[in-house]
Amino acid sequence: DLSLPSGTPVDTSSPASSSSLLNRLQLDDDLDGETRDLFVTVDDPKKHVCTMETYITYRVTTKTTRAEFDLPEYSVRRRYQDFDWLRNKLEESQPTHLIPPLPEKFVVKGVVDRFSEEFVETRRKALDKFLKRITDHPVLSFNEHFNVFLTAKDLNAYKKQGMALLSKMGESVKYVTGGYKLRSRTLEFAAIGEYLDTFSLKLGTIDRIAQRIIKEQLEYLVELREYGPVYSTWGGLEVELSEPLEGVSACIGNCCTALEELSEDMTEDFLPVLREYILYSELMKNVLKKRDQVQAEYEAKLEAVALKKEDRPKVPTDVEKCQDRVECFNADLKADLERWQNNKRQDFRQLLMGMADKNIQYYEKCLTAWESIIPLLQDKPETK
Amino acid sequence: MEDCLIKKMEITVSEAEKRTGRNAMNMQETYTAYLIETRAVESQGEGQCAPVDSLWRRYSEFELLRNYLTVTYPHIVVPPLPEKRADFVWHKLSADNMDPDFVERRRIGLENFLLRVASHPVLCLDKMFYSFLTQEGGWKEMVNETGFQLKADSRLKALNATFRVKNPDKRFTELKHYSDELQSVISHLLRVRARVADRLYGVYKVHGNYGRVFSEWSAIEKEMGDGLQSAGHHMDVYAASIDDILEEEEHYADQLKEYLFYAEALRAVCRKHELMQYELEMAAQDLTSKKQQCEELATGTVRTFSLKGMTSKLFGQETPEQREAKIRILEEQIQEGEQQLKSKNLEGRDFVKSAWADIERFKEQKNHDLKEALISYAVMQISMCKKGIQVWTNAKECFSKM
Repeated sequence: DLSLPSGTPVDTSSPASSSSLLNRLQLDDDLDGETRDLFVTVDDPKKHVCTMETYITYRVTTKTTRAEFDLPEYSVRRRYQDFDWLRNKLEESQPTHLIPPLPEKFVVKGVVDRFSEEFVETRRKALDKFLKRITDHPVLSFNEHFNVFLTAKDLNAYKKQGMALLSKMGESVKYVTGGYKLRSRTLEFAAIGEYLDTFSLKLGTIDRIAQRIIKEQLEYLVELREYGPVYSTWGGLEVELSEPLEGVSACIGNCCTALEELSEDMTEDFLPVLREYILYSELMKNVLKKRDQVQAEYEAKLEAVALKKEDRPKVPTDVEKCQDRVECFNADLKADLERWQNNKRQDFRQLLMGMADKNIQYYEKCLTAWESIIPLLQDKPETK
Repeated sequence: MEDCLIKKMEITVSEAEKRTGRNAMNMQETYTAYLIETRAVESQGEGQCAPVDSLWRRYSEFELLRNYLTVTYPHIVVPPLPEKRADFVWHKLSADNMDPDFVERRRIGLENFLLRVASHPVLCLDKMFYSFLTQEGGWKEMVNETGFQLKADSRLKALNATFRVKNPDKRFTELKHYSDELQSVISHLLRVRARVADRLYGVYKVHGNYGRVFSEWSAIEKEMGDGLQSAGHHMDVYAASIDDILEEEEHYADQLKEYLFYAEALRAVCRKHELMQYELEMAAQDLTSKKQQCEELATGTVRTFSLKGMTSKLFGQETPEQREAKIRILEEQIQEGEQQLKSKNLEGRDFVKSAWADIERFKEQKNHDLKEALISYAVMQISMCKKGIQVWTNAKECFSKM
């Protein structure tokens, strides 16, 4: 039997062995061994200045071999509004599934520049991640609204029609919210709920620590920027020591640049992903609550029936429907949660390795700078 | 080249001890005493080692020695003492004189001072220095009995000379300017370095918080748990590493400090030159005016205003005998003055020559020492970078196992 507990690092001493190969496939391939047939990318942000407003659009490129798509390739322009619309539609039409989060909608004007390169790039990455997560989802990726989002030339026209359109998926199923109180969550969902609480707490702490580190680094940078030039000033006073002191000054300057790059990378790449997962956890908790509602409704109806004490043991149809709903919801959610856990592990593995990498690169840049001036410092002056 | 004392004698300041005693006003005080150990160096490397002599001295005695040397050898750039009070400290270092780290660094500084004096071709031959190292009791009294304090130039006199001297040797003027700038730039450097150290400390220590939160997080994870936990450990190692790194950097700061204080010693030599030059100019001026007076008395013409001249106009001329007497006195004074001027001139030239020789020696020493200091600083930075790479590489590996 070749099954290994997923995630356990495989013994790489024999990479050719079939078990290690299979395991690596399981780790890397989100679609459980199937080959990918849908690729989506978000890039090329462009600013549009109109009389009423200024906004950014992004190019969404799709490459696919799926039958559900008329063409093998598509390229459309979408703005944040459109992504937001898509997400709402997915939530509506696939209420039993976890819909990935979008980057935050509102930004405080005056504090954040919505059109700065950094902001736009951070958002682009998040939107790209959003679509990729949907693409990887075995159910969501076949959603009609998703298809239209990727392909339609005029999305607005479709949006207006949207109210009248019926979808094949569970849109017809209306979920009753409120009114039913759940007695106790099933054990496994209770555990997930607790996990998510602690998880988002820890992520919040990490976010604060990361921010603090960036702040301390920037304050360190301020001092370094004053420190380097003093060596240069001193070099101006000296004769024989002039070159060595200038060398040290330049070296410190290089370290400043490296540090600046590290802080920028952490701000632009690390923090947004962290915050996205905190958002994700919140969204998941909401979906769990919805599931609780559905279960509560079922249990209440079941109880009502039991109280009636009818002779016929046949269960009424609407209670049966509730039972179906609960089981469907539970099954979809369980599958999504498992997928989410796996993706989470990969995402964090990549994120934290990336953080370590950036720090390594910073130290390597500084190391190169300092090593290169050693020969300069050791240089013997020419005998006059 | 004469054999410096350092070649014949091993000198160390090996220990520091807290003592309590009574000061000059009979009040109780705590101070630190330092143990000076000396041993004759065996020239032929015989089997037996010479015995170690030792005695205890406190900082004030070092100060007394240095004051004696600066007065007795004004043409020498006398090595400075380590700072009296902790200065340029970053927040983790104590500014307390009794703090063990400060005492330790001072011990090293005092040893360095003794070694510098012992390797100086002129200073190492001084008898007071030798007895400082070897004679336990009565050394203070012996030094004071030399009466060196009387020879010391008053600060006021020196300041006055600095402002009024007309023709100092240009090289000394430039050197004084240089030592002012050197002092200013090294002070600035030390101040900023202390701030840099403070900030760097903060950056490293915050990373320690990752250790804790990764540990807590790993508790709720299944597959990710081990990777997170072990990575957290590396973050703790990273945070802890800064203490040793910054402690090592203090040695670099001490090396810079020595030259900060050396700048003052340089300036002292320049001031001495200015003073001598000023006194020479005053003596020459005095001689000229006496010669003029003499001439006036002899010829009877009054070219310069003098109180005597005025009073004689008002109260009557003096007798020829009185005038003769005056002329004779002046002629004597002029002769004396010419002798003095000659010897002052000679003194001045000798001073300039020997001072400049020592300054050249000092310049070479400074260039060599500071280069070494910069190299050791670069080496420290390289070591810090390598440690950083190591820790983050370890952490990355732990993350890869998540």
